[in-house]
Amino acid sequence: MAVASDEGRVSTSRTETAQARRPVRLFRNLMSKIALTPMILTAVVVFFGGTIWTVVYSFTSSGLLPRMNWVGLDQYERLWSTAKWLVSIQNLALYGILSLVFTLVIGFVLAALLDRKIRFEDTFRTIFLYPFALSFIVTGLIWQWILNPDFGIQGIVRDMGWESFTFNPLNDPDIVMYGLLIAGLWQGTGLIMCIMLAGLRGIDEDIWKAARVDGIGTVKTYVRIIIPMMRPVFVTAVVLITSGIIKLYDLVVAQTSGGPGISSEVPAKYVMQAMFGGQNLGQGFAASTMMLLSVVIILVPWALLEFGGRKRG
Amino acid sequence: MANPATLSSTIAATDPVTSRLGEGPSGPRPRKALSPRNIMLYGTLIIVSLYYLLPLYVMLVTSLKDMAEIRMGNIFSPPTEITFEPWVKAWSEACTGVNCDGLSRGFWNSVRILIPSVIISMTIALISGYTLAKWKFKGSEVFFTMLLVGAFIPYQVMLYPIVIGLRETGGFLTDIWQATCNVFTAAEGACRGRVQLFGSISGLVIVHTIFGMPINVLLFRNYFAAIPDELFKAARVDGAGFWQILLRIILPMSLPIIVVSGIIQVTGIWNDFLFGVVYTRAEQYPMTVQLNNIVNSVQGIKEYNVNMAATLLTGLVPLTVYFFSGRLFVRGIAAGAVKG
Repeated sequence: MAVASDEGRVSTSRTETAQARRPVRLFRNLMSKIALTPMILTAVVVFFGGTIWTVVYSFTSSGLLPRMNWVGLDQYERLWSTAKWLVSIQNLALYGILSLVFTLVIGFVLAALLDRKIRFEDTFRTIFLYPFALSFIVTGLIWQWILNPDFGIQGIVRDMGWESFTFNPLNDPDIVMYGLLIAGLWQGTGLIMCIMLAGLRGIDEDIWKAARVDGIGTVKTYVRIIIPMMRPVFVTAVVLITSGIIKLYDLVVAQTSGGPGISSEVPAKYVMQAMFGGQNLGQGFAASTMMLLSVVIILVPWALLEFGGRKRG
Repeated sequence: MANPATLSSTIAATDPVTSRLGEGPSGPRPRKALSPRNIMLYGTLIIVSLYYLLPLYVMLVTSLKDMAEIRMGNIFSPPTEITFEPWVKAWSEACTGVNCDGLSRGFWNSVRILIPSVIISMTIALISGYTLAKWKFKGSEVFFTMLLVGAFIPYQVMLYPIVIGLRETGGFLTDIWQATCNVFTAAEGACRGRVQLFGSISGLVIVHTIFGMPINVLLFRNYFAAIPDELFKAARVDGAGFWQILLRIILPMSLPIIVVSGIIQVTGIWNDFLFGVVYTRAEQYPMTVQLNNIVNSVQGIKEYNVNMAATLLTGLVPLTVYFFSGRLFVRGIAAGAVKG
């Protein structure tokens, strides 16, 4: 090493540098390519190769083992006529829409409150964000306990004398998704709050001054001026929340195990069940391809918007 | 609501220095602590805080009660008599199926998964980020874009191909190992060892390295890109090469980003459930998987205090990281999230 650096210092004359350039550049490219090999393999082989493999095998009748036995769209027809899958999709749609709306609203309101120059801002932020450090398994199990019909919220309210009070989401097929939603919001809103807060801090104070000069109220300034200005932050938040929603799995496993019955099944759980529980690989591949498709449908417009916007700018 | 004092104080929050300069000699205006605005503001924040804090509190008090008290009282009441027995039981006696050696096994499995995963994934991410920022070559950005796009693909799509990949690679490495081993030893049966990647901790380490790559490469790349090129060029002129610049110049400067990336990786890997279930066997299940099996097991009487102690134990590692890293944690997730 020391020798090499000495040589480098000596060879300051132009001719020598010019002569040395070609092999050095080759070496440089080679080394950087070697260094980047793990990343390239991950991107090309695992992410893209794996995805294509799964999509291709979703058109086969693979059962216990993947077999190249072409059956066209049979797996998809079966998928869309399976009650469990249809319930999963409905659940995810319900959970997804509510989760998106509530996370954005709560995240933004909390961020705006914290942005009002308050005391103990760090304390509040720490409190709102700590659930995000916990896993979905821990989250699910905590809320399973709090929503326990005998000892949890329902039990306490009944003990206080309101005997007919009923709030038992984890055992009621109609509202079980709301039970999951409460836990999911508890875990995830802190992150969005942080992102929104960063966005709010990035807004030029002159905007506030101008709004004040024009006599616009605080709430109105937020709704009419600040939120439109924070469009990129909101877009990022939406992308983050949606990609998280589609992956929803651990929380369901921990909190409800898909029950009661199949009333809180979600697509990711269907995939896992088909692939590793039911020896039904083809179904798993088809279902995961549908998950991929939903991501594409959501993310492609966003990507076009982002990159289109950058080109215009 | 829109009185000038309120607004100027809001502005001050965004940038204390310049706003103070702008306000001139008047300084921060003294305000009443109990204005209606403050009562509403802090009232809302405190009520919301309760929603976030209650689960932690409930978990803690439940884990310190005995079962008799849990059946009698409500989940919010503090324990009349504090007992640590549930904690001991959760750690060393709780059952998953036939195994009754508690959560300690899962904990040590998680540690054995966590340490190599964090080291390997961060090393690879650091080197990749450094290459992408300072040693670009034709196509390097294309691969990087592919990596980022791949981060949005649901894991379920890639799960099975990775199972096959690990199985095949394991078999391939076994063949190589046995062939080379046979060359050097003549003894019968000396080369029985097999390389197992699928269903082992080493396989899971690879998986964590793969899926931690997009966010961490992004973090390192952006951080290194902000280092002035002049510094880099000066080192080149002095004859330093790829590794020398990395070790002597870049690495000493990158402690903050290493900490941020470390926080992301430690909490992410510790909290993982999906990969643990898919890529390891029962004896090697990480803590989250074992926790879920303990709490959601259908056999026996439900011991809620033990369950909550086990849940707290599992959450303790990321919570510790979170409370000690403070602002860095926020910075990490904000950087990863906003730019990702």
